[in-house]
Amino acid sequence: MDKIIEIKNLSKSFGDKKVLEDINLYIRRGEFLTLLGPSGCGKTTLLRMIAGFLQPDEGSILMEGKELAGIPPHERPLNTVFQRYALFPHLDVYDNIAFGLKLKKVPEDEIEKRVRRVLKLVAMSDYEDRDVDTLSGGQQQRIAIARAIVNQPKVLLLDEPLAALDLKMRKDMQTELKEMHKKLGITFIYVTHDQEEALTLSDTIVVLNEGRIQQIGTPVDIYNEPVNSFVADFIGESNILNGTMIRDRRVAFMGHEFDCVDEGFGEDVPVDVVVRPEDIYFTTEESKTQFTAKVKSCTFKGVHYEMFVDTDTGNELMIQDYDAYPVDSTVRLYIDPDDIQVMKKERTCNTLYGTVKDEETVTLLGADFPLKSGFEAGTEVKVEVPFEAVDLLDNLDDGVLDGEVHFILYKGDHYHLTIKTDAGDFLWVDTNDIWDKGDLVGIRLIADKGIKISRKDG
Amino acid sequence: MGKRSNWSIPYVVFLVFFVVLPLVLVMVYAFQDSQGHFTFGNLAKFFTDKDALSTFAVSIEVALENTALCILLGYPAAWILANKQYNKSAVTIVLFIMPMWINALMRTLATAQLFTMLGITLGKGTLLFGMVYDYLPFMIYPIYNVLAKMDKSYAEAAVDLGATPWKAFWKVTVPLSMPGVTSGILMVFMPTVSTFAISEFLTNNKIKLFGTIIQENINSSMWNYGAALAFIMLIIIGITTLFDKDKEQAEGALI
Repeated sequence: MDKIIEIKNLSKSFGDKKVLEDINLYIRRGEFLTLLGPSGCGKTTLLRMIAGFLQPDEGSILMEGKELAGIPPHERPLNTVFQRYALFPHLDVYDNIAFGLKLKKVPEDEIEKRVRRVLKLVAMSDYEDRDVDTLSGGQQQRIAIARAIVNQPKVLLLDEPLAALDLKMRKDMQTELKEMHKKLGITFIYVTHDQEEALTLSDTIVVLNEGRIQQIGTPVDIYNEPVNSFVADFIGESNILNGTMIRDRRVAFMGHEFDCVDEGFGEDVPVDVVVRPEDIYFTTEESKTQFTAKVKSCTFKGVHYEMFVDTDTGNELMIQDYDAYPVDSTVRLYIDPDDIQVMKKERTCNTLYGTVKDEETVTLLGADFPLKSGFEAGTEVKVEVPFEAVDLLDNLDDGVLDGEVHFILYKGDHYHLTIKTDAGDFLWVDTNDIWDKGDLVGIRLIADKGIKISRKDG
Repeated sequence: MGKRSNWSIPYVVFLVFFVVLPLVLVMVYAFQDSQGHFTFGNLAKFFTDKDALSTFAVSIEVALENTALCILLGYPAAWILANKQYNKSAVTIVLFIMPMWINALMRTLATAQLFTMLGITLGKGTLLFGMVYDYLPFMIYPIYNVLAKMDKSYAEAAVDLGATPWKAFWKVTVPLSMPGVTSGILMVFMPTVSTFAISEFLTNNKIKLFGTIIQENINSSMWNYGAALAFIMLIIIGITTLFDKDKEQAEGALI
């Protein structure tokens, strides 16, 4: 396999904040690779390190087997299309595109030929003498791409290049980018937070979150077989539910048992189950019916209808279907074994380490929680806190610790929240209360909800 | 309550009495002889007055030199101030601006004292020193403003396209910061042409500037000739502002 770029054990921090942690990745020559993730996931940082604007703290970036660290950005054989284009406002279209070639002392007639060629490629042939300020967003975007590819880079880096365009323009440019990639045969590394864009354009998608790679795969793999609930939630619409793997090829969720195709999880293991909304089917036959539900809402979405239903066991599901079912009607539903995606749970409780302060208090995450441990003061302990034993409070003063709602996952009958404490630690919480992302909360632990305390070494 | 446009009346009154009227008076005096008759004589006198002409030439020369020195010293200073890598606190900017808080006359007098104490003869060198000292902040600030607001990705794009950081600076950062430089030039060049206190104190009146002869004429009650000279200076200043025609780009550059 022909790897053009290889990234090994790459880490980067800004101050105390780790933005990328132990990134390992290779990029094949000629492929269209997308770094996908929510804002702040480290995707732009990774791109800027490949371009050379940032230096890695640890690890290496190899291009065609050669270490890139130490090579300044102007000597790297790659070019970038910047987020807000960064076209030079004091130069016209021609001089913007010719900028790189002039620096390389390419003869004038050759420059002219090459500028003409790329202008034709981006369908902007008659715009040579225009001021860049007079161009529309989409046109500036084309010029920015032309300015990069005229230098015939081995790798083209694109930093959310379509983010500033309106929806219609974005769709058109997606198609054009894809065609350009085919025509040029250059390796594209594309950064975006738009999952649909990533699915449309890429050969390979790298899903990033919190500075770590979550999953690498083709768009089809990532969509059909997300490895964890983050990926499932981030890519496309999905129903993510708590389940139990009963044995190989048999899983229970929403109070029902289903056949599935997954195996190797063990017996009676808690798992996350993902079912895409288009994979839940309506039926009228009793023999096919796996469960029934009541339609709560039905919205027309252009091609399909989007319905929310409450199942007979009290779970909420999103369903997409070409047919509409009336609100308040009871429907029969089934799911194909193929369409049930079972994922290992990343964690089944919060595992914290702290010390016993006195008989009634344990110090955890830098705060004193009223917990009876039964150990002597000073003992280092491991505390296992079930998701439902964490209590979130509106009033920060009522909590022992302050935090912020960082990520919200709806699991059919409850919310699974990721809370980031002020000190940057994470806690996971199951709750029926509705919180918004970014809400500030006081955090308390409910002692009688199954919190287990043991000696750290034990 | 009256119309909202009434609120502007105090300002209009102020402008009429303290800007328009004085300008009209300067015009009127410039085109009158001492008996109050209309004449071009005052202007004609200037163009035949060798002393005045040479003073005028010296003034322009000193102003040009001062402006050039201010750009040479001020641009790098502004660049460093605007660069977060080198300047981590806003305090440094205040330090550069702080001399402006102290009366220019006082600073000039103190500078003159300092030179005398050090035994440095007052002359052109000390004059330029004093002028640069006085006017440098007016050059730094507008350039700093433009540089600080400039999108970093322009310079990055240049480097990305193969320019060394030095070339990126000359081919992208400098051209894009020209509105700031133009503002700086206006704010340094114009006042230097008309200044008289600095030359008086820092050269012991050895070097006379255009402002000095206006002041001398007015002081010796030659109102009409003084007004004519002031009028000529206004025209010159008016011409220099024409260089700043790129108003749109200079947005925010002027303090």
